Amino acid sequence: MIEEVFFISSENKQLRADGRAYDELRPIKIKAGVLKRADGSAYVEVGGNKILASVYGPRETYIRRLLKPNTGVIKVRYNMAPFSVDDRKRPGPDRRSNEISKIAADALRPALMLESFPRSMVDISIEIIEAEGGTRCAGITAAAVALADAGIPMRDIPVGCAAGKMNGDIVLDLSEKEDKEGQADVPIVILPRTGEITLLQADGKLTEEEFEEALDLAMEGCMRISKIQEEALKERYNVNG
Amino acid sequence: MNVVPEISKRSIVKLINNGKRADGRDFDQRREIVVEPNIITKAEGSAKVTLGDTQVIVGVKPSIGEPFADTPDVGVLMTNCEMLPMAAPEFEPGPPSPESIELARVVDRGIRESELVDLEKLCIEEGKKVWMLFIDLHVIDYDGNLFDCANIAVMAALLNTKLPTASIVDDELVLDEENLMDLPVRDKVALSTFVKIGNGMVLDPSLEEEEVLDARLSVGVTQNNSYISSMQKGGEVPLTRDEILDAVHTAIATKDEIFEYLE
Amino acid sequence: MIYVKEKDLVVPGEILAEDDYYAGRGTFQENGKVCSNLLGLVSLRNKKISVIPLKSKYLPKKGDVVIGKIDDVRFSMWGVDINSPYPGILPASEVFGRDKKDLSRVFDIGDVLFLRIVDVDEVKKVKLGLKGRGMGKFKGGIIVDIAPTKVPRLIGKKGSMINMIKDKTGCKIVVGQNGLVWVKGKQEMEQIVKDTIKLIEKEAHTSGLTDRIKNRLCLLIDGELPEEENEEIEENFDDAFKKPELQDFREEAERELADEKAQNEEDFDDLDEDIDESEDDFDEDIDESEDDFEDVDESEDDFEDVDESEDDFDEDIDESEDDFEDESEEDDEEDIDESEEEIVEDEDESDDEIIEEDEAESEEEIVEDEDESDEEIIEEDEAESEEEIVEEDEAESEDDAVDEESEEAVDEESEESESADLEEGEEKPKESKFLDTFKHIKEQEKKNKSPFDLSRGNRKSPTLNISSNK
Repeated sequence: MIEEVFFISSENKQLRADGRAYDELRPIKIKAGVLKRADGSAYVEVGGNKILASVYGPRETYIRRLLKPNTGVIKVRYNMAPFSVDDRKRPGPDRRSNEISKIAADALRPALMLESFPRSMVDISIEIIEAEGGTRCAGITAAAVALADAGIPMRDIPVGCAAGKMNGDIVLDLSEKEDKEGQADVPIVILPRTGEITLLQADGKLTEEEFEEALDLAMEGCMRISKIQEEALKERYNVNG
Repeated sequence: MNVVPEISKRSIVKLINNGKRADGRDFDQRREIVVEPNIITKAEGSAKVTLGDTQVIVGVKPSIGEPFADTPDVGVLMTNCEMLPMAAPEFEPGPPSPESIELARVVDRGIRESELVDLEKLCIEEGKKVWMLFIDLHVIDYDGNLFDCANIAVMAALLNTKLPTASIVDDELVLDEENLMDLPVRDKVALSTFVKIGNGMVLDPSLEEEEVLDARLSVGVTQNNSYISSMQKGGEVPLTRDEILDAVHTAIATKDEIFEYLE
Repeated sequence: MIYVKEKDLVVPGEILAEDDYYAGRGTFQENGKVCSNLLGLVSLRNKKISVIPLKSKYLPKKGDVVIGKIDDVRFSMWGVDINSPYPGILPASEVFGRDKKDLSRVFDIGDVLFLRIVDVDEVKKVKLGLKGRGMGKFKGGIIVDIAPTKVPRLIGKKGSMINMIKDKTGCKIVVGQNGLVWVKGKQEMEQIVKDTIKLIEKEAHTSGLTDRIKNRLCLLIDGELPEEENEEIEENFDDAFKKPELQDFREEAERELADEKAQNEEDFDDLDEDIDESEDDFDEDIDESEDDFEDVDESEDDFEDVDESEDDFDEDIDESEDDFEDESEEDDEEDIDESEEEIVEDEDESDDEIIEEDEAESEEEIVEDEDESDEEIIEEDEAESEEEIVEEDEAESEDDAVDEESEEAVDEESEESESADLEEGEEKPKESKFLDTFKHIKEQEKKNKSPFDLSRGNRKSPTLNISSNK
């Protein structure tokens, strides 16, 4: 395996390990409606991430304690395929995937308008086929497209992206390598129309100014990805052209 | 539990009794197969296979471990299957269902018993270190006949699996990541699944056919010499001797269709 | 300020307009902006913006006609899967009256029924009923599913699409508003209809669909393109999506049912050796293909079999009627029977006319709807409120019926005769649907359509009273 040589210095913000500018996203590809059985589905590639998301519902709530009499509920399952990472991951949920499942649900819920589907449930499945840093953001981005594809009423399409600190610089959309070697990571999910933030995590050390810079950069990244989500959804029905 | 409408069942049975299938296929005709090899960079071998609208992703991950005591000089194959909740409304998250275990084991048997992978070449140090191959099957869209689709996907993934060359130098394991070796594959196996509905046996059942099946029969046939390497019967209705022999005959006659996709 | 135009494909959250625009269906208003909440197509009606979804789950509404699948049999009700987030229930009383019987003898798991939604309560319990023309169990045929939002497209403008498919394939087709479609005809035609429905679903949002479908069917069935006279089926892109409420569909369904009823009546006529030959041929075709099943379940014999086994048929009826008579001992049985007959006759006579009127009326309505874009929104509101009134009236009339014991008795009786029919086989509803008919009468009454209908409206109670007072 060829080791990539990379230079990063605070003088030269432009160069990152993979040649990206500090505010450049990894190549991104979104396709809506990729599964036959699911009510809604989407496939997202961000850099080396390959992610499938599916939506079933609104359907009858099979977990009665989750039922809400005035609105529909959602349930998210984030799962990593055993072959999605360098060392095979044992199948099944672990603490990390359980946490991400929960925050993904929290990130998506504010966008949904399930009042017209009381007592029902929407099942969202985020499947990481291959992971290369930033799976939670890309997974939520995929799930949001799948939700829209399923015809679920939403006030907006949530979109996720991260910014972080790498050798003292704030950079957009950390790759796996940058995530491991960097000093901080701030993944967010926003509702692009209003700019409201529905998911925010941070780990690593950031000054107040750096945090603000990272937040703004991540939001800008989200806005760009949002356009691609929109195009993907419209592409699905673009039969004639 | 998904209830199949009585009239749908009758309509399918009626069609088959009249020598027809709902999607217009012949009894021994498979749906379209699409093989996409090498789709996962991080897996040493991988493939996505689409059979009709059924989709399965397979990733092969190797690791090094101790051989089983009774076979100290051969590598280890492990097949695991997850029927993801995204694949069908009735699939639930949680520990593997009996169906997913059966699927993994049937596919595993086909691969193992055909001696498709030369497991002896996966031995690094007898009794101590061998390659262990984890074959993970991910069912992402279920539209009937997971068996055949999974089998093709596993084959396609094994065929592009590459391992680092491993050697023992001074009692130390050395992995050479620059010199990759192809997985020693010496044969191929075609799995053909039939379902009995009414008076007919049809190859490659669609979802609606599978939902009303009386019995199911999967036949694994090797590319070399057309050996039968594995079989599995499912469903509640018995099969006659002739039905089984017919199925075996068809499986052998049509096996090359599958191998064409793996070239 | 408006940012979109008619038929534009929009995504959730997309800002459609600002300031003096109203948020219609599929949209919401936020800080003076109208935004879409769905992936769908824009529909503009003056200042009102709606978004018609491309995909959506079926939400049960009172009065809808749906196709459901029995998935549970309990002590006093059936569980019915109606292709919706909310499961339906069919109370045994809808079929038997007050008596409890072995439910699975009538409808068993896996049976597919044509039903009407009687009520959807606060906890989204969907109560189903079988009162209505053509309601009951399907026998034979196939079930095809289509996204519920695409049902109007399948029906087409004034039923243009569905009628064209029926004409070309000779299949009987019943469309449920929940996106399930029942198709029965020759085996290969059933498959052609199924493929066609799937194609319509896939291309529902494209224009010129009816013509394309027609050409395709002609090629498939006749082996050549149709003659150039199908200009009148001028396809208008938004027609199919304009009214997801399926007003036009409901009329279509009524007409459909009427057709079937007419056919059933002919089947009844067959007993009197009053045979329409062409009809007979058609039935025979079906008979042949169904031979395999006749012995499967004798109690379910299709009505086509009637020709062969007249005696059996009569016997069956007698048997089942005996059952009911036991239940209503306090009433004078003969009189009930008599009055029942009277009602049936009356309805038979008048039904056709009503249907005709309905059709005419519904067509008017549809035309109105379609031209509405030029009209004031107020008018639309009027139409809606009118609808509501009608619904209220329905409820009232139902209440009335229940209030009076005497009426209930007859109601029950009629229901039971219906269940007997159902036990006999599919689609053989005797005309016992007071409430349904009564609803039409009320509607006619309200619109002052014809004195005939008014008289029918008055007729109901006296007839009922006579029967029970004796």
